[in-house]
Amino acid sequence: MSGYSDVLDSKVPDGPIADKWTNHKFDMKLVNPANKRKFEVIVVGTGLAGASAAATMGELGYKVKAFTFHDSPRRAHSIAAQGGINAAKNYQNDGDSVHRLFYDTVKGGDYRSREANVHRLAEVSVNIIDQAAAQGVPFAREYGGLLANRSFGGAQVSRTFYARGQTGQQLLLGAYSALMRQVNEGGVELFNRQEMLELVTKDGEACGIVCRDLITGEISTHSAHAVVLATGGYGNVYYLSTNAMMCNTTATWRAHRKGAFFANPCYTQIHPTCIPSSDPFQSKLTLMSESLRNDGRIWVPNNFDETRAAADIPEDERDYYLERKYPAFGNLVPRDVASRNAKTVVDAGKGVGSLKNGVYLDFAAAIARDGEDTIRAKYGNLFDMYQRITGENPYKQPMRIYPATHYTMGGLWVDYHLSTTIPGCYAIGEANFSDHGANRLGASALMQGLADGYFVLPYTIGNYLAEKLGSAPVPTSDPVFAEAQADVTDRTNRWLSINGTKSVDHYHRELGKLVWDYIGMERDKNGLEKAISEISSLEEEFHKNVRVLGSADTLNQSLEKAGRVADFFGLAKVKARDALVREESAGGHFRSEHQTEEGEAKRDDENFKHVTAWEWTGEDSAQNEHREELTFDTVPLTQRSYK
Amino acid sequence: MEKTHSEKTMTLTLKVWRQEPGQTGGFQTYEAPGISEDMSFLEMLDVVNERLIEDGTPPIVFESDCREGICGTCNLMIDGRAHGPEKATATCQLHMRSYNDGDHITIEPWRAASFPIIRDLAVDRSPLDAIQEAGGYITAPTGSASDANLTPVPKPAADAAMDAAACIGCGACVAACPNSAAQLFTAAKVMHMNLLPQGQAERWQRTENMVETMEEYFGSCTNHGECHEACPKEISLDFIAMMNKDYVKSKIKNRKLSGQG
Repeated sequence: MSGYSDVLDSKVPDGPIADKWTNHKFDMKLVNPANKRKFEVIVVGTGLAGASAAATMGELGYKVKAFTFHDSPRRAHSIAAQGGINAAKNYQNDGDSVHRLFYDTVKGGDYRSREANVHRLAEVSVNIIDQAAAQGVPFAREYGGLLANRSFGGAQVSRTFYARGQTGQQLLLGAYSALMRQVNEGGVELFNRQEMLELVTKDGEACGIVCRDLITGEISTHSAHAVVLATGGYGNVYYLSTNAMMCNTTATWRAHRKGAFFANPCYTQIHPTCIPSSDPFQSKLTLMSESLRNDGRIWVPNNFDETRAAADIPEDERDYYLERKYPAFGNLVPRDVASRNAKTVVDAGKGVGSLKNGVYLDFAAAIARDGEDTIRAKYGNLFDMYQRITGENPYKQPMRIYPATHYTMGGLWVDYHLSTTIPGCYAIGEANFSDHGANRLGASALMQGLADGYFVLPYTIGNYLAEKLGSAPVPTSDPVFAEAQADVTDRTNRWLSINGTKSVDHYHRELGKLVWDYIGMERDKNGLEKAISEISSLEEEFHKNVRVLGSADTLNQSLEKAGRVADFFGLAKVKARDALVREESAGGHFRSEHQTEEGEAKRDDENFKHVTAWEWTGEDSAQNEHREELTFDTVPLTQRSYK
Repeated sequence: MEKTHSEKTMTLTLKVWRQEPGQTGGFQTYEAPGISEDMSFLEMLDVVNERLIEDGTPPIVFESDCREGICGTCNLMIDGRAHGPEKATATCQLHMRSYNDGDHITIEPWRAASFPIIRDLAVDRSPLDAIQEAGGYITAPTGSASDANLTPVPKPAADAAMDAAACIGCGACVAACPNSAAQLFTAAKVMHMNLLPQGQAERWQRTENMVETMEEYFGSCTNHGECHEACPKEISLDFIAMMNKDYVKSKIKNRKLSGQG
């Protein structure tokens, strides 16, 4: 395959980069206030992106229906983000600007994102902080009452706003409160414990969804002029990740099967500082804030068969491998570099802990230098959390850490309007392939979710809806709804009828192992080809031998999981193919065939300066590959170096 | 070698509340052998469920999501205590090293009439959302906000608001209360906003509406303090006192003729 796709039109407006969004807002069609109530919009998912979009569109006067599979919108996984949210406020007078945030994000994404989208993200970042503060988000303050900032993830300016270690929680509570105000005022109708299991389309346009009520099992249909998917990323394809237990790809995958292209599924962010797994029944991994690398030193013993306690290993028998290999950045190298190096030493057999699956993050030097009290004041809550999970005291012995899947940069392909390739179907937040390119910078996920939901989608969706004035949504009595509903019912009943021998979790764990081993931190051609065939065989076995007990007309968690894991199989296969065709290394995608002499990621801008977007062509054939060319007119292409 | 991973496993006896929709529930006893002390409590239940599925018994329904103590989904009454024996610890953060080989553990759903049982250990906590909907917000439509630094927030106010806003909405306070009161939850939500300058315009209305919605669903507070003991985020009882004070004031402030001053 070569050449760029005619099908993919990014709809990036003309003009200088800094004027594109302003001009575009003026050029888009408007829906007058009296007409807005004639339009119905479905929003699926109530995390940062979904809740902010639903609330804002409700405020504008659209009739919004918001769906969440949680018991309350405020439980969405955005809530778990710890670190903070970036914004180009330059409150610290340290030279930050919209242009610098834009530049850093394009570079940090290893030049695999769309410049125009990223610039818009940087522009609206400042409005997000104003909006959240007005809602009562209790951001950290200086003594004078003004907002505090910190530098985060190696940024050279202090542009990160935070609310203790719970920034995601507080921003989500802010968006949730705005949403509940709209629910109270009738602008938004809220559907809790409803899982979207199908996107409904008519004549190629999105017109509604099919949901299963997780309590009663009822399969219902809902129609609207447009459908917005804000359903998060696909990190749980690895089984073990820092994602919540219920995070899944089903909504985006069902949309993909109905015609939405899936972009860059190979891009996954592996976070370097998570607590290693401790037993085969580990259900998820817990992230320890990246800020720990500011004071902790990472090392492994020199000896392969080391059995001594960390404190008994003399200095000259330790390998501080990041400090050794990257003298300039040391322990603060970017996430992908830190992760890959941890894998290298653990694979070499130098891992620590009884499962030999971690590296040390050692605070002894910092404690000796600053005193235990200072370290406690900085990281006390993190140290407590670590001790609660591992039973080890990090003031007395080093932490053990290992990388884990954290965020997925890939997702549904969207144009500048955040529209997928299905007209009327939008994807926002982590669910789209986003503005992060091949690697996301710290504290930028919250920013993008809220940018899409508060400040981008509510404008761009009007441009689509304006054309629909005078036409009612496709009624749910239309045969396309009955067909989709029957399809969902069949699928649900099929899981219950297989009655095999192994649980859904068993297959999810096995799938996760394959994806981690072959499409994890390091990929190569052989491994990826193996992955495709092994995932397919496992998938076949899953469909023949999974055991789902109980019935469909009640809360049945195994049944819910069966559908999600089935969709993860499809996603895993296209992820492997995407990784296979991208014969370069970029950001979170590291092909071992493509590295510099020093073992760093080696991009191939001549051949891979594009987005890969996959088109579903049916159950029995592999997806079609499409390419959208990326142009870098403002940020010059350079090779990242952290030596 | 230092303690990093335990070879020790334990066998536990679990007494678990099982209940089908529309039916009367009861305790079932399950053996849980081979449990490692590094497992979390919910991973222990995952293991039990995996065995139940192998035996053809429908697994125990319990809810959880983030499993890092922040989403507030997990909710188990363990040996009569909301979220179990450890202080400031949500169920998902409880680990099996808190238990010994041979222990008997009783697991029940949240106990409160306003949280009806859906199935087994899962309950319906939607009344908490009804309280939020009644006024748990600051009216600030998107796009209307002025520059964030135009409204300085004194650090003590910001810190106190954050202390209240740390509430994860799990409902342990209700489950632990002998009256099934939701005072601690409501106080956390009300005072998060009432303490901030941004929250002043709607302060009295918010307080009255949220408190009175709370009273439609939940029992009355008689200052037992069990809520604070059970709270995984250790939300202070002081917020209840502050909310009560604001509620009394709101009855005067919200009278039409007296103004909102």
